[in-house]
Amino acid sequence: MQEIPLSQILFVSTALFFIGMYGLFTRRNLITMLMSIELMLNSVNINFVAFNKYLFPNNLDGLFFTLFIITIAAAEAAVAIAIIINLYRSHNSIDVDDATEMKY
Amino acid sequence: MNISSILFYAISAFILGAGILAVTSVKIFRAAIWLLFSLVGIAALYFWMQVEFIAAIQIVVYVGGIVVLIIFSIFLTQHSGKEMKSTPIGKKIFSALAALFGTAFVHNLIVHYDGFAFNSAEPFNANVAEIGTQMLSTTSHGFILPFEVVSMLLLAAMIGCIIIALRPYHKDIADPIDETDSKNNVTTLINKD
Amino acid sequence: MSNYFYILWIPLLPLITFVILGLFGRKHLSSASGLIGTASLLTSTLLSFVAAKQYFFVDGKVNGVFQKIVAFNFTWLEFSPGLSIDLGMIVDPISVMMLVVVTSVSLMVHVFSLGYMKGEERYATYYSFLSLFTFSMLGLILSSNIFQVYMFWELVGVSSFLLISYYFNKPSAVAASKKAFIVTRFADLGFLIGILILGYYGGTLDIGLLIERFTSASSTQFISITSASFLGASMLTWGLTLLFMGGAGKSAMFPLHIWLPDAMEGPTPVSALIHAATMVVAGVYLVARMFPVFSMDETALNIVTYVGASSALFAAVIACTQTDIKRVLAYSTMSQIGYMMFALGISKNGGEAGLGYMASMFHLFTHAFFKSLLFLGAGSVIHMVHSNEMKDMGGLRKLMPVTHIAFLIACLAIAGIPPFAGFFSKEEILTAAFHENKIIYGIALFTAALTSFYMFRLYFNIFWSKEASIAAHGNTDHNANTHSKDTHDNHDHGEGPWVMKLPLIILATCAVGVGFIPFSSLVTSDGKALETHIDLVFSIAPVVLSILAILLAASFYKNQNEKSDKVASAFGGFYTAAYKKFYVDEVYIFMTKRIIFPFIGQPIAWADKNIVDGFMVLLAKVTLKISELIKGLQSGKVQNYAMYFFGGVAILSILIIYIWK
Repeated sequence: MQEIPLSQILFVSTALFFIGMYGLFTRRNLITMLMSIELMLNSVNINFVAFNKYLFPNNLDGLFFTLFIITIAAAEAAVAIAIIINLYRSHNSIDVDDATEMKY
Repeated sequence: MNISSILFYAISAFILGAGILAVTSVKIFRAAIWLLFSLVGIAALYFWMQVEFIAAIQIVVYVGGIVVLIIFSIFLTQHSGKEMKSTPIGKKIFSALAALFGTAFVHNLIVHYDGFAFNSAEPFNANVAEIGTQMLSTTSHGFILPFEVVSMLLLAAMIGCIIIALRPYHKDIADPIDETDSKNNVTTLINKD
Repeated sequence: MSNYFYILWIPLLPLITFVILGLFGRKHLSSASGLIGTASLLTSTLLSFVAAKQYFFVDGKVNGVFQKIVAFNFTWLEFSPGLSIDLGMIVDPISVMMLVVVTSVSLMVHVFSLGYMKGEERYATYYSFLSLFTFSMLGLILSSNIFQVYMFWELVGVSSFLLISYYFNKPSAVAASKKAFIVTRFADLGFLIGILILGYYGGTLDIGLLIERFTSASSTQFISITSASFLGASMLTWGLTLLFMGGAGKSAMFPLHIWLPDAMEGPTPVSALIHAATMVVAGVYLVARMFPVFSMDETALNIVTYVGASSALFAAVIACTQTDIKRVLAYSTMSQIGYMMFALGISKNGGEAGLGYMASMFHLFTHAFFKSLLFLGAGSVIHMVHSNEMKDMGGLRKLMPVTHIAFLIACLAIAGIPPFAGFFSKEEILTAAFHENKIIYGIALFTAALTSFYMFRLYFNIFWSKEASIAAHGNTDHNANTHSKDTHDNHDHGEGPWVMKLPLIILATCAVGVGFIPFSSLVTSDGKALETHIDLVFSIAPVVLSILAILLAASFYKNQNEKSDKVASAFGGFYTAAYKKFYVDEVYIFMTKRIIFPFIGQPIAWADKNIVDGFMVLLAKVTLKISELIKGLQSGKVQNYAMYFFGGVAILSILIIYIWK
């Protein structure tokens, strides 16, 4: 455990975050965008746990945050799926470029 | 270079590889499965960091809940076997560059920061009893209020989802989801096995 | 010194009346508005008499000099310490005298209008405008700060505009009011520049301080203003001449006189009040108010003199040919104001040499009474005959006895026949002219003779000339000087109700009596009493000339004959030119339409439309273009928004972490 410095774990989570960001920018499908967002949330979870374990081992605040984030991510994914289904009903497609009613 | 480090590197490679495949795969169902693998990898990472409770929660909620939900919605809304439309190459390059720039920038900051020494003064005790006692205490380190608020949030989310995804009232408005179902022939897929 | 603060009520009452009648008159008070206006003005008149009595007789002189008292001063707009626009009230001999004149004549006009304007649809509006005018004129008289004079000057101009175009359905009335306003406004440009020059060099806008600083030849302000020069004349000359330009415009001096004859389009009582007795003397009042400063500069005084004298002669010649009775009276007014102007011009400040000043003010005083009487009488005649032209009148002496006697008294007064008022004031003017400048004396004498001639030409043409029966039925071509409702044609007009006769009687009494007021002990250039006496030998010449002119007019016009036409054709082209008012209007129209409009007006309009407006339009177009370029950012695509978000965060983080540590 001591041999892996914190910065390497942070590198993993950073890379995962930006991979998720790449997916967010690139994907045309709303569901795949949702998947990218889940990757980003997970990277944040890794961050919290790592910081808690390495820097502040006497309390477990990071773990609690991680739990809350997992919970909220689940709720958010459910609501997002509901919205996608609703959008699919009105537009008959879940291509994000078809939902441009907020255009100027 | 002990086993712990090798294990860590392997798990990290697995996570990142599955993540990259998840965001670049052209078939949507494959992308969902790669996401699943990535999340399992993250759970493995939690196991390696000796926070077993979180790992368990990760698998139960994320893998067993969210990914299943995503797969259901894929089935509901489109033809999962087909390839998805691809984005223009310019956007891909720009996004890749942005992601690389971001990673480099943040990693640079991390490497040059001096406060990340391992604090081995106190032991890190993350078993379930400890988590429960600390989270639900009302005094020091107590997270009971957010706990209750999150339960309210879950309730609100449940109700919200149902309302948003409710079928339209009028019978004569066609619901595309029904038509997609009939085209997908889910039953034949299952029967094949 | 007693407290003169109550004088503030004298202009305030008409102002309050204006507001009340203006807001509520149309709907609620319409028939009572005349009485309300008259009542408030009666109060103002009584207050001014009280003030006059207190100032001249109770307080009297201090060391033989009437004091100038500043009864009220309030700093309004301060440009720098010392240079500020104050609102103040000054009480000195000429302002108290003018208070009496303006309020009395205005009261007479108010009473007369009760009968003359009865039945008009906009009766209340008329009285509210009259009150506004009275307020403005009173404010002008009482102002202690020259900028305040300017403000009230403009207000007077506005009131005149409103009243001339009272019959706004008549295009000629509208054109006349525009002309009056534009000409006086143009003159006010000179006035404003004059104020600025005097204020700049004098360091103050207060009249008392200005006089104090510019009349002592050793003060720094006087030295600076006389040493600075522009195009060969010192700045003092320029300042005073421009100031006089404003006065000349308002007082209808040549060549800014063109508006006065056209201003007769307004109702006749308005002409009596504004264009005979009060507003047109504002220019004379201005010169009199700033007289100590004027007396320091020979050139300015010469300009005043020659403009006044030439206007007097010019107007008198034209008046001999006009056939519209109101036009004759208008030119007569111009001529008499010319008298007042040159009397001021030839005067010096103080002592015996200040006779011209006293004479001018005395003539202003008496002229107000008999000129307004003439106009009101003409109004009475017009009310009966429904026309302004002399050819429609004649033999009216039997039908309108009161008007006849009043008009006769006024004509005798203006002709300078003793013992009527005009004799005394003209006497003083001629004496002053004789002692100072013989040329001016000659012009004045000749003009006096012409005055008698044309006034009695007017008199005989109205009241004698033809037989009464021809004239009495009037004729049916109405001009808008009469009532707008047709119902008045049905009843027998007669001379008019008692409200129209009463002012005539009162003013006639004044025209007889005011000559005997010992004016020289009350109003003089330096406040001290002036010894004057009537030099009988000297007075013979003008009186004899006047009587000869009257007899000449009688022989031409008392009965209908051909003599006047023969004389007119003997003068030939000169007569035609005089009849056409010496083509001054045509010159102005030529200048404006052929020169100013195409060469100055149109280029400026083009520049305004294309360059100034164009710049604004350009700004708008640039803004639109930029917004069109930017609006592409709002594409409605969520991923683009996410990319912008990331870009912003990246830039901010680089800035904050690396550059702005």
